[in-house]
Amino acid sequence: MVELVQEKDIYRSAFARLEAESNPVGGSALIALRTQAMARFAELGFPTLRHEDWRYTNVARIAKTEFRSAVDCSVDLDERAIVAETFPEAQFHRLVFVNGFFARDLSSQHGLPKGVQVGSLAETLDDDPSWVERHLARYASYQDHAFTALNTALMEDGAFVYVPKGVIVEQPIHLLYVTMPGVEPIVVHPRNLIIADEASQVTIIESYVGLGEGVYFTNTVTEISVGEGAVVDHYKVQRETTQAYHVGTTQLYQRRSSTASSHIISIGGDIVRNDINAVLDGEGCDCTLNGLYVPAGKQHVDNHLRVEHRKPHGNSREHFKGILDDSARGVFTGRIIVHKDAQKTDAKQTNRNLLLSDNASVDTKPQLEIFANDVKCTHGATIGQLDKDAMFYLRARGISADAARSLLVFAFAGESIAKIKPQPVRAQVQQILLERLPQGDQLQGLS
Amino acid sequence: MVSSTEQTPMSSETDATLDRWQSEEYKYGFYTDIETDSLPPGLSEDVVRLISAKKDEPDWLLQWRLKAYRHWLTMTEPTWQNVHYEPIDYQKIIYYSAPKQAKDRPQSLDDVDPKLLETYEKLGIPLQERAILAGVAVDAVFDSVSVATTFKEKLGEIGIIFCPFSEAVHDHPELVQQYLGSVVPHNDNFFAALNSAVFSDGSFVYIPKGVKCPMDLSTYFRINAISTGQFERTLIVAEEGSTVSYLEGCTAPMRDEHQLHAAVVELIALDDATIKYSTIQNWYPGDKDGKGGIYNFVTKRAKCLGRNSHISWTQVETGAAITWKYPGCILIGDNSVGEFYSVALTNNHQQADTGTKMIHIGKNTRSNVVSKGISAGFGQNTYRGLIKITKSAHGARNYTQCDSMLIGDKCGAHTFPYIEVKNSTAQMEHEATTSKIGEDQLFYCNQRGISTEDAVSMIVNGFCKEVFRELPMEFAVEAQKLLEVSLEGSVG
Repeated sequence: MVELVQEKDIYRSAFARLEAESNPVGGSALIALRTQAMARFAELGFPTLRHEDWRYTNVARIAKTEFRSAVDCSVDLDERAIVAETFPEAQFHRLVFVNGFFARDLSSQHGLPKGVQVGSLAETLDDDPSWVERHLARYASYQDHAFTALNTALMEDGAFVYVPKGVIVEQPIHLLYVTMPGVEPIVVHPRNLIIADEASQVTIIESYVGLGEGVYFTNTVTEISVGEGAVVDHYKVQRETTQAYHVGTTQLYQRRSSTASSHIISIGGDIVRNDINAVLDGEGCDCTLNGLYVPAGKQHVDNHLRVEHRKPHGNSREHFKGILDDSARGVFTGRIIVHKDAQKTDAKQTNRNLLLSDNASVDTKPQLEIFANDVKCTHGATIGQLDKDAMFYLRARGISADAARSLLVFAFAGESIAKIKPQPVRAQVQQILLERLPQGDQLQGLS
Repeated sequence: MVSSTEQTPMSSETDATLDRWQSEEYKYGFYTDIETDSLPPGLSEDVVRLISAKKDEPDWLLQWRLKAYRHWLTMTEPTWQNVHYEPIDYQKIIYYSAPKQAKDRPQSLDDVDPKLLETYEKLGIPLQERAILAGVAVDAVFDSVSVATTFKEKLGEIGIIFCPFSEAVHDHPELVQQYLGSVVPHNDNFFAALNSAVFSDGSFVYIPKGVKCPMDLSTYFRINAISTGQFERTLIVAEEGSTVSYLEGCTAPMRDEHQLHAAVVELIALDDATIKYSTIQNWYPGDKDGKGGIYNFVTKRAKCLGRNSHISWTQVETGAAITWKYPGCILIGDNSVGEFYSVALTNNHQQADTGTKMIHIGKNTRSNVVSKGISAGFGQNTYRGLIKITKSAHGARNYTQCDSMLIGDKCGAHTFPYIEVKNSTAQMEHEATTSKIGEDQLFYCNQRGISTEDAVSMIVNGFCKEVFRELPMEFAVEAQKLLEVSLEGSVG
């Protein structure tokens, strides 16, 4: 227990520093929120394997590391270093955060429709603290999740997107989080708030990248509120370094007849945990959660999904695919909860895993909790290896073993990648995957 | 209960039949008054010693019981399960109760207390007739002491041992000592530890090398006498190349008090052996308000120890207020096969949290899981299963299917599978669906002159067919009948 107290102490001092600020961001409402979240975190502590939601993911290494709060070092960042991470400026609005701080010089936006706000969350809360009361932490509950509580207590900045009623933002908004670790391990707590009002449309892409050597920890929370009839597409491409810990929550809250999708692509990271929660709190909602994780080496990727159908006539589709090589470990938990009133729900969940190595392992928990009787709910999970017949077919045609294997792996991932709508993002994910595959260069242009 | 905003557009006839079924009374509720030789309620080391002494057990078994009891004291009751019940007061349970006649055991059916036989009659188990006509040897357990064993001699001729557990302790101590607790150790879990400390009796089966048991072995467990928790212990050992099919079925008298049933079943299959274990469980489920009923907290586990061994669990769970068990297989031998087929039905306020555990350790081990859950009334039905493929299980294969059916809008169906794979040559598939009886299906049947009741019965029986098919003939008939009784008034 003594140890546990010390673990929390690091964050307590960070919290004390924030509390002591003479001109706090977000006013008294945010201070109150932070205080409550910090108290909750102190109660919860870091989860252990005895915690059902964390039984396959050990975060002891995160808990034991003495992380320092990150400092703003965007001036040290050469713009050329992140060129590869960005998308064409003409087609995307871009917000860049370096070590969690908004980097205005690296960001760009042009021709946003009237009334649309895209910018730093800290600045927005400074200008109008009422956003805190109305939206902040209203969707992502920190009651049962220690990391969300920690983020809520210690958040400094992140993206804020507001799309008013009936407005369509045609160009996707790209949120790029760059972390530059130093000698000492650092922690960043990006916090994003995305609000799409009635009948609006917006596409959000979150990218997480690490530059340089060093241990760091990204603890991110994104809250997305989807108004009546609104359409929100969300993408998260996580490419941290292999020394990084990444814990992220994506919270979708959907109102009547809205359509939302979230695509979680996990490529980097040492220990990675994604919580994707969707609440369908209106009739006729449509929710798609799509995922791809490709850990290798000693990487550990945990995707934890929870889809809650609260009202009738909701559709949800979950499709997560994993390709695991070396000693990688994949964890999947998918939970569909259908409340008593949510009749005519149609929920489907699939988790497919490809084990490429004898040391790789997968733990999967697809779960259904159903309290309504007129529903269609299915889940399926498979774990297997590459089809021997398909391998033989390719080998018989003179394709090398490596290339054949890569081709089949690429095809397996193809289904998930094809669901990514913005072409530059799709091409980027494809490229990353091909670079990881042996003789992947031979597959260029296949897609 | 809040009604749903969108009422399911079911015909009023269906509603009526559903109501009728949901209020269906337990048919097998009666109580036979037999003077019992009971201990006062409560549990202590003395009680454990007394049980052991009453059964005239050897010292090693007493020590084993005590070890289990001492360990049990250090354990806390689990709380992770998806069932809810009033806390059990373990000091209010009577841990030993035997019919008076226990002292001079009946040698044949004629010696058996006629009142007992009457009980069986009421249950529709004509012991004698069944034994002779159906070729079933019945080792009937009435409360805690076995009172009748049939066909024992006939089985004895080919070397099969089929006897009450307490008898096996005296006659075949070396076998019991070798295998007791080898699958479910005395400290396995809270209820298994409790059972190990106070188990009353049960069945012991030993099939020698190369012997195919010529008949299905069968035991009827019953709970009688107020507040007697029954702690059965079953041990089946199938030697190399042997085959046995074991049936277990139960009904219990109606009463108001909750009763605890914490049994332990251990199966061991050696090289090329096959064990088929079938259960029909129809204990008193409590009345329609959820009062009374039996707690069925059972630990059942099988060990496929030998190469090419095969163990299959089949269960039809329609009774008990709470059913909480996970019959599992540990597949150690190469090429061994584990199977699990289950139908679990919850009506009124019944709760079930059941499923299976398949642990693949040997090479090319295979497991097949088919689970059908039916929830009606306020019933809550949970499938919870673990498929674990360890690193050594090269070429392991699993197929799991769990389907749930919901009848009425106040019940719940839940699925919590755990799948852990550590070997890249393993193949694992899991599928689950949840649905209700299609209105179009009912309409189709109605249109052809089949009443809603018959139609629902037909559909539910079809839904469970994959499991019923696995039951031995006699049981398959009984299972269908049982489902019909349980679903009577609406769902066949």
